[in-house]
Amino acid sequence: MQSPGKLELNRRDLMVGTAASVSLAAVTNSAHAQTQKVDAPMRNDVSFTVNGKPVSLELDNRTTLLDALREQLQLTGTKKGCDHGQCGACTVLVDGKRINSCLSLAWMHEGDEITTIEGLGTPENLHPMQSAFLEHDGYQCGYCTPGQICSAVAVLDEIKAGVPSHVTGDITADPQASELEIRERMSGNICRCGAYSNIVEAMTDVAGRPA
Amino acid sequence: MKFDTPATTNPIDQLKVVGQPHHRIEGPLKVTGQAHYAYENNLPNQTYGYVVGAAIAKGRINSMDLDEARKAPGVIDIVTAENAGDLGKGDMNTAKLLGGPEIQHYHQAIALVIAESFEQARAAANLVRVDYAEEKGSFDLEVAKSEATKPESGEPDSDVGDFEAGFDSAAVKFDQTYHTPDQSHSMMEPHASVATWEGDKLKIWHSNQMINWGTNDLAKTLKIERDKIQLMSPFVGGGFGGKLFLRTDALLAALGSRAVNRPVKVALQRPLIPNNTTHRPATIQRIRIGAGEDGKITAIGHEGWSGDLEDGQPETAVQQTRFLYAGADRMTRTRLAVLNLPEGNAMRAPGEAPGLMALEIAMDEMAEQLKLDPVEFRVMNDTQVVPDTPEQQTSDDDSQAKRDEGGSKALPFSQRQLVECLHQGAERFGWNKRNAKPGLVRDGRWLVGFGVAAAFRNNLVMDSGARAILGADGLVTIETDMTDIGTGSYTIIAQTAAEMMGVPLEMVSVRLADSTYPVSSGSGGQFGANSSTAGVYAACVKLREAVAQKLGFNASDAKFADQQVSSGNRSLALKDAAKDGEIVVEDKIEFGDLGKEKQQSTFGAHFVEVGVDRFTGETRIRRMLAICAAGRILNPITARSQVIGAMTMGVGGALMEELAVDKRHGFFVNHDLAGYEVPVHADIPHQEVIFLDETDPNSSPMKAKGVGELGLCGVGAAVANALYNATGVRVREYPITLDKFLPGILPA
Amino acid sequence: MKSFTFERAETPAKAAAAAANNENAKFIAGGTNLLDLMKLEIEVPTHLIDVNKLKLDRIEETDDGGLRIGALVRNTDLASHQTVRRDFGVLSRALLAGASGQLRNKATTAGNLLQRTRCPYFYDTNMACNKRQPGSGCSAIGGFTRQLGVVGVSDACIATNPSDMNVALRALDATVETVKPDGETRSIAIADFHRLPGDTPQVETALEHGELITAVTLPAPVGGKHIYRKVRDRASYAFALVSVAGVIQPDGTGRIAVGGVAHKPWRMEEAEAELPQGAQAVANRLFADARPTDDNEFKILLTERTIAAVLDEARA
Repeated sequence: MQSPGKLELNRRDLMVGTAASVSLAAVTNSAHAQTQKVDAPMRNDVSFTVNGKPVSLELDNRTTLLDALREQLQLTGTKKGCDHGQCGACTVLVDGKRINSCLSLAWMHEGDEITTIEGLGTPENLHPMQSAFLEHDGYQCGYCTPGQICSAVAVLDEIKAGVPSHVTGDITADPQASELEIRERMSGNICRCGAYSNIVEAMTDVAGRPA
Repeated sequence: MKFDTPATTNPIDQLKVVGQPHHRIEGPLKVTGQAHYAYENNLPNQTYGYVVGAAIAKGRINSMDLDEARKAPGVIDIVTAENAGDLGKGDMNTAKLLGGPEIQHYHQAIALVIAESFEQARAAANLVRVDYAEEKGSFDLEVAKSEATKPESGEPDSDVGDFEAGFDSAAVKFDQTYHTPDQSHSMMEPHASVATWEGDKLKIWHSNQMINWGTNDLAKTLKIERDKIQLMSPFVGGGFGGKLFLRTDALLAALGSRAVNRPVKVALQRPLIPNNTTHRPATIQRIRIGAGEDGKITAIGHEGWSGDLEDGQPETAVQQTRFLYAGADRMTRTRLAVLNLPEGNAMRAPGEAPGLMALEIAMDEMAEQLKLDPVEFRVMNDTQVVPDTPEQQTSDDDSQAKRDEGGSKALPFSQRQLVECLHQGAERFGWNKRNAKPGLVRDGRWLVGFGVAAAFRNNLVMDSGARAILGADGLVTIETDMTDIGTGSYTIIAQTAAEMMGVPLEMVSVRLADSTYPVSSGSGGQFGANSSTAGVYAACVKLREAVAQKLGFNASDAKFADQQVSSGNRSLALKDAAKDGEIVVEDKIEFGDLGKEKQQSTFGAHFVEVGVDRFTGETRIRRMLAICAAGRILNPITARSQVIGAMTMGVGGALMEELAVDKRHGFFVNHDLAGYEVPVHADIPHQEVIFLDETDPNSSPMKAKGVGELGLCGVGAAVANALYNATGVRVREYPITLDKFLPGILPA
Repeated sequence: MKSFTFERAETPAKAAAAAANNENAKFIAGGTNLLDLMKLEIEVPTHLIDVNKLKLDRIEETDDGGLRIGALVRNTDLASHQTVRRDFGVLSRALLAGASGQLRNKATTAGNLLQRTRCPYFYDTNMACNKRQPGSGCSAIGGFTRQLGVVGVSDACIATNPSDMNVALRALDATVETVKPDGETRSIAIADFHRLPGDTPQVETALEHGELITAVTLPAPVGGKHIYRKVRDRASYAFALVSVAGVIQPDGTGRIAVGGVAHKPWRMEEAEAELPQGAQAVANRLFADARPTDDNEFKILLTERTIAAVLDEARA
């Protein structure tokens, strides 16, 4: 885990790979384990995999997948923008499909395979979509960005799988990765900095590459 | 470093690094989820705070029953005004950040419930019982307008010549009133803080745009010394003015942590944000323009009304009208009413954003009335001097200029390429394809229209400091309390230092947003990029001097390039200067009075094409183009992103954004991201941005100005004018939702 | 969110029986609406019954050529199903017009049927709301009502049903299949499934406590052009101001159901009889008894225009 002390940014560090990386070893928040006064039936044990690594947690029944990732597993790449399914910043992939992790309870993911932004790539080994966002400046403040990228990866998969959208002309035909389609499908991810035009370019770039 | 004479040639002009399209240096952290925002600084033994907001807009708390909440599982403590101790109020805050017993606005924080877990804190917060004595308040600007008064500060009135007489005698007159609504910043990262005390010292991560203001106001509110606080904000998930000032999450986290003697995390719940924090106030604006038959403006008057809490500030929507167009007889008025809605304050381009939403519709309307093309009408009323320069002593030599400018000595603009922006934009956009007669262009089910608006925002500068460090490895480190709220500060500061020290970008390390670093301009008012890099320039000039001295060069002729320092035939490695220990220098840029010799402003033009569904009135933006003239562009990638983002926000303001006021209960009803609609991907087409070649030696050694707000200024009106051109229905009340013009369009 | 216990149900009958034993129990599947409301303590179940493992996630053709859609079929899967896209296009279109890709991946058919109103006064627990707290009054009436109902409203409530899917199901004459705690099954016509607010706006559907939706059935396809037009302030990811589900036959007859205007999908067979006379005649009949507010009166004209757009598209 990155030290919460002074943050220092320099491109050299990123290039040589000394930047922070998140380890699942630090699974439990030390504050959490020691202080539970809640009755046992109000808590649960859940196991799933996160970014390919098995994880077992003992949680409050009310804990969302989002809070389990952020507060228990310290995987803070997944963002909390609204906590009510209104912004898309918390988007993660569950068994390959994108969902809002804020509107899903952790215990309902027993056995699921969860992929977060940290699982897509690292500064040293970027996912093609992460590279494309860098290249096209598809972000500014960066807060919605992990959700945008997770969504973007899933959107291209959805188009390939033939899932239609609101703007698909002939819904009995296979959809194409057009700008119109991308914009509609990405609309569940709000970016207040307004990087939309660049995000669409990044996605179009990735979509156009040979598989 | 004092900056009181225009910049001459300096190392920045090499443009080896500055001005180049470098990608964001912090980008790899952001796209991989490794950038840690305030709430993500998880600490050992941490606790969670949940904010309770007031259920009334105005009145008092009779009593609070905390018993049930205190007994709830996991609860450690509850902070309220009653037990928080003696608190002050920050200079930048109008309403108190912790309310009680007096309540000043809806959702004003009245308690922080601290528990072992987020889930426990949230559940317990719902057990806090409050008994209120509600009082009547004033919630309707339209009603309160008649009791609005002249604000004591600022320049609420401006007069040049005799506006009333000039307007009365004008050959062509125009007089209309416009409404802009309350708007919410709605940045994606909620206001969030993590606080921990180490003895009497407070360490706090607080998502904030202005580290110095925030630290000062936190010290003032807590009544402790400023140097007892370390406030950090290395990543800010958007601000737009909503995080300019200390907010309740920081105060409550600090108070909570003091109460429980453990770290406390607080993120303002999204449904509280619109009413708990600040917003852009609604305005009513009356604009009168008088012109000759030739289209020359002879009289222009702009009056603006807005409301705020007692001791609050007006929205200065008339501001740009003093600068933008020529005309001898001029008048502006700013009036402020007391409203008991949440605190109004700055949101991106305060003043100009709502002001141009009105003025630039008025210009479109007047052009039509004069049967002139709206681009040409603006061009013919361009002025290269500030048209309402105050009366000054002038010598006889100036008599001609004096007569030309209605008796004033004219204050020239340092740069003013408005005409170029308009002409180049018109050319590029294909403006000549616009049908001047509205409502006639069809494309299938779409009514199509073009719109234009001028963009204007004054260039502000703020003193800004930085520390520059040369390490033995040749690495240049910059420390400044400047923030990067998505604006690209990390990158342009690194570019500045790299250019100054003659090192590649990879050999610069940037540390930002820590109150223990030199005080910077911070991020706001589009002054951040120019001011903070100028501060880094100053520090690097000092570092160059120190290096030159250490290596035995004359600083004035030493060249810094390729990680070498050289003069004549002698050349040494830069890092050699630090082989006996790192060199640390600090300086700041201090701006003098150059702004009084020449007016520094930024200009632009926005062109928009819309389609309006002829059946339903749904509006879709089909094309957008912005032309900007804003001094040197430090990084075309990040600057362009600032502008397209602002254009996106402008579309929101034009078509959908409005905090709906419940005028009975006094609150913004649509207080979450489902109710307060901001643009989504599907609303925004490909956006084009062009920066005109410009350097402004009066602005700073960087010769740059700001673009982050310019990009928003005028967009709303350009959309509104395009909508009119498409439909033939003029709407003067934002947002221009379909209900306001549907009866005026016919599906056939 | 209040603490709760949970169980994972194994069969529909067991799920219903479990719910019957606990007055404060709720079924949870996608959770996209329920969790949102639980966080605000608008919903406060003390026990959740996870129904995700009930194997109600299949779409099958019925003997009469219709379709039986399992209660747990996700919105994305239903909208993507080849038969739905081909024969019940209005349903695909309506689903795809709703929410976001992420939400549609989680939200289920039954959950969408039971989606609660988005009235902002229902969502703000400081405000009186007869739906949230029966008898407390309606603070929406007299307040900000732009999105709220114009027809079928009562003095107790002017909320709307926010679902897009429901509007299409109403146009398709769907039937809701349920099982009660005692094991009894029944079929409820979609027209009778959602209720008008009357004096009891908290009672939103015909379901009894513990009654579990197992499927939605669609009768055999009726042909015609399937069109769903949703009008909103932004282009996507927003609830409808007005939406129109139309199934229009080549002879100009057809079906029209309207969303965003009432506490339930608004369809009147006698209004459809006016289709040959055009959109205005249909709208006049649909809104003969409308009681709009100043804020939302525009919805009447907007509905007329949206119907006109649907008819125009059908002719194209």
